[in-house]
Amino acid sequence: MNKILIIIKREFLTRVKKKTFIVLTIAVPFLFAAFYAFLMWMMLKSDTEERKIAVINQSQIEAPVKSTEYTTYEYVNEVDFASEKNNLLKKGYYAVLHIPKNIWQLNKAELFSDKQVPMDLKSFVRNQISDKIERIKRDSVIAETGISDLDARLAATKTNIQLKTLKLDEGSGKAKETSSEILSILGMVGGMIIYIFILMYCTQVMRGVIEEKSNRIVEVIVSSVKPFQLMMGKIVGIALVGLVQFLIWIALIVLLVIVGQMIMMPNIDMETLRQGADLAQMANTSNIDIDQLKVVSNIAQTLDPAFLTTYLLAFLFYFIGGYLLYAALFAAIGAAVDNETETQQFMTPLMIVLAVAFYMGLGVMRNPETSMAFWASIIPFTSPIVMLVRIPFGVPASELIASIAILTGSFISLTWLSGKIYRIGILMYGKKVTYKELWKWIRYKH
Amino acid sequence: MAFFETINIEKNYANHKALDKVSISIPEGSIYGLLGPNGAGKTSLIRIINQITAPDAGKILFNGRELRPEDVNNIGYLPEERGLYKKMKVGEQAIYLATLKGLSKRDALKKLKYWFEKFSIEEWWDKKVEELSKGMAQKVQFIVTILHDPKLLIFDEPFSGFDPINANLLKEEILSLRDNGSTVIFSTHNMSSVEEICTDISLINKSKKIVEGTVFDIREKYSTNTFELIYKDELSNKNDILSNYEIVREYSENGNNILEVKDPKAIGANTLIGNVIANNLLISFKEIIPSMNDIFIQLVEGSKNN
Repeated sequence: MNKILIIIKREFLTRVKKKTFIVLTIAVPFLFAAFYAFLMWMMLKSDTEERKIAVINQSQIEAPVKSTEYTTYEYVNEVDFASEKNNLLKKGYYAVLHIPKNIWQLNKAELFSDKQVPMDLKSFVRNQISDKIERIKRDSVIAETGISDLDARLAATKTNIQLKTLKLDEGSGKAKETSSEILSILGMVGGMIIYIFILMYCTQVMRGVIEEKSNRIVEVIVSSVKPFQLMMGKIVGIALVGLVQFLIWIALIVLLVIVGQMIMMPNIDMETLRQGADLAQMANTSNIDIDQLKVVSNIAQTLDPAFLTTYLLAFLFYFIGGYLLYAALFAAIGAAVDNETETQQFMTPLMIVLAVAFYMGLGVMRNPETSMAFWASIIPFTSPIVMLVRIPFGVPASELIASIAILTGSFISLTWLSGKIYRIGILMYGKKVTYKELWKWIRYKH
Repeated sequence: MAFFETINIEKNYANHKALDKVSISIPEGSIYGLLGPNGAGKTSLIRIINQITAPDAGKILFNGRELRPEDVNNIGYLPEERGLYKKMKVGEQAIYLATLKGLSKRDALKKLKYWFEKFSIEEWWDKKVEELSKGMAQKVQFIVTILHDPKLLIFDEPFSGFDPINANLLKEEILSLRDNGSTVIFSTHNMSSVEEICTDISLINKSKKIVEGTVFDIREKYSTNTFELIYKDELSNKNDILSNYEIVREYSENGNNILEVKDPKAIGANTLIGNVIANNLLISFKEIIPSMNDIFIQLVEGSKNN
């Protein structure tokens, strides 16, 4: 067997067999699903806590808040709020609401409690009082102007345009209804995962190199294989770990989506939705709210399988390309230092470049057509992240090819340069390495 | 014919010359000591022999032909800076390192089984290296170095860090490997180990080879023609007997008189013995041969003065 394959195998297997890898790979998608399920449940769950609230109403407004099923408002009149609020709490009230005399001018009221008042309760009280005051103000306007149907007239002026975004599908020549929001989110998620993956796995490459160097096993190994083979074996082995992790995640997410869809909306066929089915009729037969169905239909049309496959392929290329570009540099850093604390001076510039790429991605998400977006998706240090954000919005084939070619050329030449640093660094102990020193190493003949 | 040869090897680093036209010739079946003070260039030379780095100039011959990349499979190397993956299991790691030397997994397993039994360390197989003591790890390292039956074995400071028992075990194994046909290069500045096992040596100092040859020849060459005589009573006609010799030292110990004399005219031991025993009771006579350590220091100091 080729020696580099032996190295790749070891680097891959030792990492994949680790418990942390198994836990992270299997658990993360389920954790995400559980997290979202929990959020949904929290949002849907209503507040059933029974509360009694004392109201000191010094305004002229009659019954500004009304009791609900769980919260009772008791009006205690003619009491001084400042002096009595604590006593009222001691009597068993959950909170004391103070509506001052001049609330008309102040637009302020107070809700006093010895506990943190829940958001829902707070907004309920605020809305009730605001509505009441607004109502009174309107009535006086109606009385003054004599327009009895003022409310209806004002309501009729309310306007909310729904802007459909349609995209010409180059293949079929048909216009497709797509959602910019969903595309933005997809682009950003793709860019973010690349960013995290590059950071996570390149750090692993660096740690692996430092481990071999500080273990002093490296000289034994390079007496059997070329240093470059050892470096590439490590880089490729760790890349495979990343790919396996990613593919497992994709498979699990697809599975969870399918299962979730079967549970939530069993009668809906995604393919008919994608063809643009009659939503109203569908809503009738499937007992699903038409608004929800609209959202699902929008997602289904925006993210059709052909597009997702293209995006996935682009993701895989930019992940591998971006990873190889940075991994070689991280390997060189690992070789140049004696331990992890010394990596800082060399890591910082790379981290800054990666962070810049990430923030550029955020900017590009808002506007994918700028010249910054163009350059950032051509320059190899930022292109893996930025291009992935851009692709959902459509990128000309020529730009895509240029970006891919430049990234490929860059990682090949950087790997070659890093190999030179690596080869010398791994056998160098106890020397504080500077950038000048690294440059010298690059220029060595052998 | 030399089994392994370097011819005019040169290696330059940015600010110094590590090796300056170094030519050594290692006979087949020898235990070849590569000696020299720290920083002389021994490790640079060893790394070139192992093809870890390449020389700037010069040729390397292995069995009469130029050294090839695949020859690494015929070389076993135990570096001075040596270690193992701490988190990896002993057996797995040994197989990994053996397959990197070109052994198939099955052969590696078979040979490892033999050596683990020989050193009675079978129960370490599934242990992680971090659970082993330093001496235990060294045994594993030694096995991994020799497992692929290399024709050429290179040990860089092999005894550093070994406890006396392991050092002895190592020494015996090295000798038996030599007996089974391997050639051994031995880099060290531990002179007593050189005298015990090396057959040939070369001394490198300040990037240059100063001397090379068999241990016997070198000691002969640097012998000072000094003899030590031990006798009971005062020598009679001492002045006559020693007229052609220089007295180096004269003292008594445990009731015996001891005399060290130099033979600058190289008259030889026989004449001196004959003259002494004619009228005196000689208890012991021997030539004082300089130890490798003395020669080493003499040569290194000598080159310093030049």
